[in-house]
Amino acid sequence: MNNYMKLEITARGENEGFARSAVAAFALFLNPSLSELSDIKTAVSEAVTNSVVHAYEKGNEQGKVFIECFAKREENGGGQLHICIQDFGCGIEDVERAVSPFYTTLPEDERSGMGFTIMKTFMHGFSLESKKGEGTTVRMLKRIGLERVCEEMLQQGEKTEIHA
Amino acid sequence: MQVYAENRGDSLYLSLKGEMDEHSAVRARSYADRLAEASVGGVRRAVFDLGDVSFMDSTGIGFLIGRYKKFSSLGIPVYVTNLSSATDKILKMSGVYTIIPKI
Repeated sequence: MNNYMKLEITARGENEGFARSAVAAFALFLNPSLSELSDIKTAVSEAVTNSVVHAYEKGNEQGKVFIECFAKREENGGGQLHICIQDFGCGIEDVERAVSPFYTTLPEDERSGMGFTIMKTFMHGFSLESKKGEGTTVRMLKRIGLERVCEEMLQQGEKTEIHA
Repeated sequence: MQVYAENRGDSLYLSLKGEMDEHSAVRARSYADRLAEASVGGVRRAVFDLGDVSFMDSTGIGFLIGRYKKFSSLGIPVYVTNLSSATDKILKMSGVYTIIPKI
């Protein structure tokens, strides 16, 4: 069973909380655990914050962030959540450098430079596409119920052994 | 994000409440720094209580390191306490605990 949503928001700080809460609410379709939900919220917050802070000039009310989610429920009770977060802002000059831990172009604003590292660590799939002057697209995949499904398979395996 | 301050013995406890992201952290920063300046002399250590933080992204890393710099410049060591598994995950992976120990 599949589910889909698309969200278009103005690139403003106030919308960071809205965006991560909206994606988390959509993810409930896959019955995630609290920690899976928290990982998703954090990763989405990082990507949207990047678009708000870096993509558009401060005070630009025309800048938009586009969020698309696709959820796939699997028969074993698990699922996949695909998230795409896109802006049409300034783009990233050096993608390789941008994704390296602790690198930030705005250290004076107390930015940690850990946004992309968190996205990569908290999610199961991550890709970044950016073109200078055209914009940036982050794609992420979170597998839901991995631990739960594995545990159930292990338990079933034990039972089978006993019967044999 | 709200900040509540309380003196307990020679410790200054700063309790953070709510969601910490790039947008919500701005006021918490300046408030915590004003408290830091006001506490010079009377306080031996500062403890950030994160028990009521309902959400935190990498902004929390920058926030804590920034406050660490501020308090350190005044000779006051900084600690964190009451971490949820989600905040702990972020602070652990970024190595924050090497300068701001968990108590």
